[in-house]
Amino acid sequence: MEHEAIKVAPSPQGRVEAAPRGPEPPWRRRPLETAGEKLLEWLIRLCGVSAILFVFGIFFFVFREGAGLLFGELDLARFLFTTEWYPTSNSNVRYGVLALIAGTGSVTILAMIIAVPFGLGSAIFLSEFCGQRTKETLKVVIELLAAIPSVVWGFIGISVMNPLIQRVFDVPVGLNVLNGALLLALMSVPIMVSIGEDALKAVPDSHREAALALGSTRWQTIYRVLLPSAKNGLLAAVLLGVGRAVGETMAVLMATGHAINIPHSPFDPVRTLTATIAAELGEASVGSSHYQVLFVIGILLFSITFAVNLAADLVVKGIKKS
Amino acid sequence: MTSTFAETRFGRTRKRNELIAKCVFGLMASLLIAPLLLIVGYLVVEALPLLSWDFLVTNPEGGMRRGGIWSALLGTVYLVTLSLLIAAPVGVLAAVYLNEYAEENWLTRVINLAVVNLAGVPSIVHALFGLGAFVLFAGIGRSILAASLTLAIMTLPVIIASTKEALSSVPRAFREACWNVGATRWQTIRGIVLPNSVSGILTGVILQVSRTAGETAPVMFTGAVFFKRIEAGDPFAYSIWDQCMALSMHLFTITTQVNDAPHALPYATAVVLLGTVLTVNATAIALRVYLRSRKKW
Repeated sequence: MEHEAIKVAPSPQGRVEAAPRGPEPPWRRRPLETAGEKLLEWLIRLCGVSAILFVFGIFFFVFREGAGLLFGELDLARFLFTTEWYPTSNSNVRYGVLALIAGTGSVTILAMIIAVPFGLGSAIFLSEFCGQRTKETLKVVIELLAAIPSVVWGFIGISVMNPLIQRVFDVPVGLNVLNGALLLALMSVPIMVSIGEDALKAVPDSHREAALALGSTRWQTIYRVLLPSAKNGLLAAVLLGVGRAVGETMAVLMATGHAINIPHSPFDPVRTLTATIAAELGEASVGSSHYQVLFVIGILLFSITFAVNLAADLVVKGIKKS
Repeated sequence: MTSTFAETRFGRTRKRNELIAKCVFGLMASLLIAPLLLIVGYLVVEALPLLSWDFLVTNPEGGMRRGGIWSALLGTVYLVTLSLLIAAPVGVLAAVYLNEYAEENWLTRVINLAVVNLAGVPSIVHALFGLGAFVLFAGIGRSILAASLTLAIMTLPVIIASTKEALSSVPRAFREACWNVGATRWQTIRGIVLPNSVSGILTGVILQVSRTAGETAPVMFTGAVFFKRIEAGDPFAYSIWDQCMALSMHLFTITTQVNDAPHALPYATAVVLLGTVLTVNATAIALRVYLRSRKKW
């Protein structure tokens, strides 16, 4: 230990004796050492604010590549509200992302319809019903579930879900909205469970005890007491799940089919915003308008997820205040 | 009176409702376990004919229809190592700042918000950023270095979050004791705080490795290629200025671009990728459980 020399031992009389002094006390420091420490503290401060720099950097560089088109020839209304996406057409290039937004929207909404009951239900089970051992085991499983890479999910979508959906629902193609939504549901459930469980854990035990003392069952306690008081945290859990689903790339690229249209049923194939960038960026030559429009989609995605995450953060902050 | 409250009709209904609720929620939770076990089991069974040591150390051949995954595996190792070397110091120092230096003010709030948002930025947007900033603007070109930088920034929040948790679990009394004997802030951090949280930090670093190994979209346009010929078995076959193959990208390629690959090939690739990621994660979890059991305070 570095500070052994200045350890203070009480004398037998109960008085405190000064520690024996070495030739150079450890608190008298060389100027070089002090300067090194100053430098290091500045480095720490720099790293501390680096996250802000990176978020701005991401926005700046994505914006920089897309700005030429965004402020140039791109008609924003036509970009957002038409469904015709023909970026490589020879005669008439059209960039309308409405169908892609519909693709992202449909897959996300269906995924949330599946994931929200499961995610929040599991969070309730973890926090209220099961014992400590089961809880630890389940949390490990959920953590492992969250660790599965998205490209593996995509592969599962093609190799497992595709034939399964074809057989169960008797449809010709299994790469569709339903397939992507099932994968996204499985991918976004872990974050919902962990945030949701935190929210339920944050409800003071005195609330539960008061409800039980009034004679309510556990289910009544959950329904009448816990859910209302944890609703902000649960909302944040759902929002983070939505953010995850909207931004997911590889799984939806592989599992939703490649048809750019507005889906009418869960069995229609779609193409999402993320999948479009992943599928077409390789072919678009750097600086071309096709390349730039993909960056504009990137700006759109960045804005959507930023808004969702900000909302989740504000909702969580709301709980902490109250 | 022998009859208890629970035996009245009212009580029976309550009891039944409670049981139903428990069963429904329990079923939801167990339905989360099922896919993990089923998927891993199914993939392993389908992959069995190809899984062997040879599969790992031979290169893909014949338009990726034969052979193993050596070049992809090595590429992933390079990407993971380099991005770890970049992300770990920055992430740990950022967490040290947030936990030891930052005051409760607007700047700290903005930093925390930025960390949350950095974690929430879609991976494909990270890819666009990597392409715009490192490949084109910085002029690094598509290379292992550019891809690793992109991955490092993407996984920074993982390291920051777990390091912060590890640092904040060191009791404040430890720091106060150290300050009281005259140590400076940095001496306290180096002498007391970091040694007491090093295993927690390690857990975060391990999680970052697992996350990096599985990412596909960010490397697709910044450094990974469909195919690259290198010498099988040579661990120094890539330089950081080279493009490389990556395991995740390789799985994507043989699943979607190669039509007549043997049935077991994509399965075996998926199992190697999944196995690596899950093993690394399980290590982190085991480390955490072990730490919690021997915590002295």
